[in-house]
Amino acid sequence: MALANDVLPLLGVALLETLYMVLLSTLAALALGFPLGIALVVTSKDHISESPNSNNVLGTVVNIFRSFPFIILIVILLPLSRFLIGTTLGSTAAVVPLAIGSAPFLARIIENSLKEVEKGKIEAALAIGAKSATIIWKVLIPEALPSLVRGITLAIITIIGFTATAGAIGAGGLGSLAIRFGYMRYRDDILIVTVVVLVVLVEGIQWTGNFIARRLENKQHK
Amino acid sequence: MIIIKGLSKAFDTPDGKVYALRNINLQIEAGDIFGIIGFSGAGKSTLIRCLNRLEEPDSGSIQIGDQEITSLDKRQLREARKHIGMIFQHFNLFDSKTVFENIAFPLEVAGLPKYRIKERVEQLLELVELTEKTNAHPSQLSGGQKQRVGIARALANNPAVLLSDEATSALDPKTTYAILELLQNINRKLNLTIVLITHEMDVLRRICNQVAVIEDGEITEMGSVKDLFANPQTDTTRLFVQSDYELQHNNYVI
Repeated sequence: MALANDVLPLLGVALLETLYMVLLSTLAALALGFPLGIALVVTSKDHISESPNSNNVLGTVVNIFRSFPFIILIVILLPLSRFLIGTTLGSTAAVVPLAIGSAPFLARIIENSLKEVEKGKIEAALAIGAKSATIIWKVLIPEALPSLVRGITLAIITIIGFTATAGAIGAGGLGSLAIRFGYMRYRDDILIVTVVVLVVLVEGIQWTGNFIARRLENKQHK
Repeated sequence: MIIIKGLSKAFDTPDGKVYALRNINLQIEAGDIFGIIGFSGAGKSTLIRCLNRLEEPDSGSIQIGDQEITSLDKRQLREARKHIGMIFQHFNLFDSKTVFENIAFPLEVAGLPKYRIKERVEQLLELVELTEKTNAHPSQLSGGQKQRVGIARALANNPAVLLSDEATSALDPKTTYAILELLQNINRKLNLTIVLITHEMDVLRRICNQVAVIEDGEITEMGSVKDLFANPQTDTTRLFVQSDYELQHNNYVI
């Protein structure tokens, strides 16, 4: 099948927009979700800063945000996008709901990874006289690193899915291309090419994540 | 010297309060190897974990050297812990760190400069005879080697006291003897007070001078290891001594 000559330029721009949104919202989601994930772990029962109240509040907030369907969350956060970015349209404006929508998900992933670190290791660090911050940075995170990398990879792929939803209401990117051209204008060629690009993108990210995680594991277990 | 007075600790369970320790009174001389023996669930692990407050006692006091451990605030406790080494049944080494980095960790926590850390780690590796494993990761070590790293890590900041929480229970007999011998050497060389808990009479007989028998959260018998073997006072102790005798006896038959 020969591609119509408008496909490649459209695709190029859309791919760049998607990569831009994914990169920026992953970074922003990490900035929000990583501390939140750490807080969820260390305030949990029998952990280094046990605090049932903080843990309940944080857990409830995370759950509330996670229960919004993403498309609704975008609509609710439109005013925030306008306030922060100055517009509700385009890729940059989409980063706001993307980051806020995926941060709680990321926080849970980080929480699960850090929870896997055996209690004994934390006790050993406590018995040495280490401060909480030292235990977080020098014990919890390094010990959980391969699992964290796998979790963050999963989150990035979820964020790619979210960008397609955001594309449906004006964010641009591959999702927008597929809906505006592929679906609304019956351009099957564009629909198919977009899906292929997305599959390759997701595969590439998954492969890279697995590669890094395996390298880290091999370093520990060689 | 370690002085424990009126130490009690209870845990809240769905079935109500369960006493792990009731009114424990103990005195451990500096430079001694003191054994605490009991069946599982007797409270011995809770007792040793109270000594560096990994477990918070409900009441009573603990004094180590001239410091009252039970009255320290969080920050003072962290400082005090730097001088109380601890080794564990499952070693609890950091898998992401090399042997060197594991032993260096307490020194980093204590804020030593890099060159001093390197010097000290090399010294400790020599002490536990693991110099050739400096850059290995824990997963590449045998159980005995892992415990040697654990011991080196526990001794890094020159503690006056070493707490041993069933440190040989996960090891085979031959490795157990090697680790006990190492502990004994360290005790002599560094005049280190060792408090160890165990459920094996063999461990007591090999390295301990004084012993306390703990049962149901209470100390039922205390004294020199020799007296304990020669003249057990309670049923539990008799059971321990008897099973130990049978084990030995069987060994002779074989």
